[in-house]
Amino acid sequence: MKILLPALSPTMETGNLVKWLVKEGDIVVSGDILAEIETDKATMELESPDDGKVEKILVKEGTENISVNTEIALLKVDGEEIEEIPEKPIEKSLQVSSNGSDPLTTEVNISMNSLLNQTKENSGEKNWSEKEISMREALNQAIEEEMKLDKDVFLLGEEVAEYDGAYKVTQGLLDKFGSKRVLDTPISEHGFTGLAIGAAMAGLKPICEFMTFNFSMQAIDQIVNSAAKSLYMSGGEINVPIVFRGPNGAAARVGAQHSQCFISWFSHIPGLIVIAPSNARDAKGLLKSSIRNPNPVIFLEHELLYKEKTNVPEENDFLIPIGKGNLIKDGKDVTIIGFSMTVQRILNALPSIEKLGISPDIIDLRSIKPLDEELIYKSVKKTNRVVIVEDGFGSTSFGSHLSYLIQSNCFDFLDSEIIKVSGKDVPMPYAENLEKLALPNTDEIISAVKKVSYIN
Amino acid sequence: MNKKNKNNFTNDQLLKFYEKMFLIRKFEEKAAQLYGAGKIGGFCHLYIGQEAVVIGILSSINSEDTVITAYRDHGHILARGVDPKLVMSELTGRKDGISKGKGGSMHMFSKANRFYGGHGIVGAQVPLGVGIGFAHKYRNEKKISRVYLGDGAMSNGQVFEAFNLASLWELPVLFIIENNKYGMGTSIGRSAAGGELFERATVFGIKGEKVDGMNFFNVSESAIRAREYIEKNSKPYIIEMDTYRFRGHSMSDPGLYRTKDEVNKMKEIDPVLMMKETLLNDYKIQEDTIKDIESDIKKQIKDVEKFSLESPLPDLKELYTEVYL
Repeated sequence: MKILLPALSPTMETGNLVKWLVKEGDIVVSGDILAEIETDKATMELESPDDGKVEKILVKEGTENISVNTEIALLKVDGEEIEEIPEKPIEKSLQVSSNGSDPLTTEVNISMNSLLNQTKENSGEKNWSEKEISMREALNQAIEEEMKLDKDVFLLGEEVAEYDGAYKVTQGLLDKFGSKRVLDTPISEHGFTGLAIGAAMAGLKPICEFMTFNFSMQAIDQIVNSAAKSLYMSGGEINVPIVFRGPNGAAARVGAQHSQCFISWFSHIPGLIVIAPSNARDAKGLLKSSIRNPNPVIFLEHELLYKEKTNVPEENDFLIPIGKGNLIKDGKDVTIIGFSMTVQRILNALPSIEKLGISPDIIDLRSIKPLDEELIYKSVKKTNRVVIVEDGFGSTSFGSHLSYLIQSNCFDFLDSEIIKVSGKDVPMPYAENLEKLALPNTDEIISAVKKVSYIN
Repeated sequence: MNKKNKNNFTNDQLLKFYEKMFLIRKFEEKAAQLYGAGKIGGFCHLYIGQEAVVIGILSSINSEDTVITAYRDHGHILARGVDPKLVMSELTGRKDGISKGKGGSMHMFSKANRFYGGHGIVGAQVPLGVGIGFAHKYRNEKKISRVYLGDGAMSNGQVFEAFNLASLWELPVLFIIENNKYGMGTSIGRSAAGGELFERATVFGIKGEKVDGMNFFNVSESAIRAREYIEKNSKPYIIEMDTYRFRGHSMSDPGLYRTKDEVNKMKEIDPVLMMKETLLNDYKIQEDTIKDIESDIKKQIKDVEKFSLESPLPDLKELYTEVYL
């Protein structure tokens, strides 16, 4: 019987073989722990699926980036013929493409990192000491740095402390700051969100993690009625310096109640700042700015982007200003606007768009509220054509509002209708093919670009 | 020592408490009048009948302690010492209102007076107040967060989440249920199952008691006991105040859910009158002394009314200020 590297989380594509707990020749029974596997979320134990003898270990311990379903060992089970054994065990540091096998990212042959390097050169940013890290690590660094700088900053949420974070974003923070500043909450979003807002009213600066923003719906009243409105209705007396953060949008086949983009919901509310970064560098700079901001900030991350790497400055004075978008590709023919995961989707479509002879401006909004209107209008006045890509439901959406703003501010400059590529107006389906269909895809983005360019 | 004054307040202190109760009563009567005259708009929830609760609790408060409540907040912000002119100007929606006319009756705050509002969603102030208690503990401040809630809020889910968190994290919070028997027009018997309301907190390990909320001395005694418990044990405490509102839920309440007889019977134990009688009969305070206080308050209320009507409307540019800091 082949022992395959199992998928141990909805988003796991590769794993690391931390340790074998058995050796060749050992007799095991079903349920015995064979190995420790590190996933994108946690270190898990791999159990033996049957009774038998460990015939052969095919992947050495310490091997990293092993694709899901790779054969890692052979088990001799009674009454079963032993299968053919590969010649050589697979060597340590098995190389798997750094993009993994994610269908959403494998198509990308234009890396976010190279685009960001270009935009940095253009904007003449200071020379930072940089390191290539994942968005997960970048967020962790941002929190750690700000907690070191300001003792009023504390972190609370479900599984943020002892479990190290459901998505490992808060890994190690409990050890560094202790249980007074890194607090595991009960599963009471309404209660702990209200508590965090109250603490902010009294002057602390909470970072309130939602395990996913789907659960923020339990606390929507506190966010909208207490956090967003208090400054105004107190005539400026009470401000609420708080960051609500966590993954937003569709991950991978986690079904309707765990796959929704809330950008349109939160950006509807006066008093809230809404941020949605697309890469590690922006995530760090924007989270640090958010923690320092005296207003309530909704910081929307994306689970599928947590593992994506870019160069990120290590200095703790690295900040990205809230309200500034980023022109990540300078073109001339059409303006394509995205944020968070949709930037990735636009980049997936870019090679095909360029093959049509079209050179697009690509804007990564980064901040949804406040919105960098100046950057958008400048680009639209240059290209005269607009495509907006958003993962959220299209009905009454942020993208609808954005197209209204563009038509009202750039009416005389538009040579075509504005096209919005949105998530379909259905609860997220579970089946792989239907889920793919429900989200904006490469073909839809290409078609939209063709349509605004009058290309058949 | 009088057995009704276990807390050893001096006559001067007691007169101050009476003065505050009388101020709240007269302020609210004036608010009702101004509402009737169309000078106050929207919702206006009067505190008349419940004055012994807020002033009894006040008698136990250190000036640094914090307070948060729901929308029946006029009495609370006055008790914390905010100028009644600023409170009434908020009700009239004027520039000089404590929230610059942008909050209204339900949304008044004063950080300087440690008053955190003034919240319009039933139950929402309870987790917020627990969060304020969290901040006190986080900063090692010797403060208690006092969190008021009505009987109606005691059936709201987030309140139980807040009880759990306050007890689990041992936060310095005093919960005060102002049980005035009706959540809007629904009597407590038609909305809450089971026994006493405060017992709903005891399952989370929060100690508590029920008190006659119409009697200043009883409230005060229990509030001081609660303060000592919280200070000694670093744990939350809950008091259920048996009280009654003499007016409707808000100004637009026809009051069809209760009889006139019931209201009149409760008026026989009017907390302001009872306090006055106790001061006259048990403390032998001169009637003239009390009359002087009362006439000063009445004069003050006239000034408050004048001020709140003369204060200009907010500047139109205020529309877009204070959305963000």
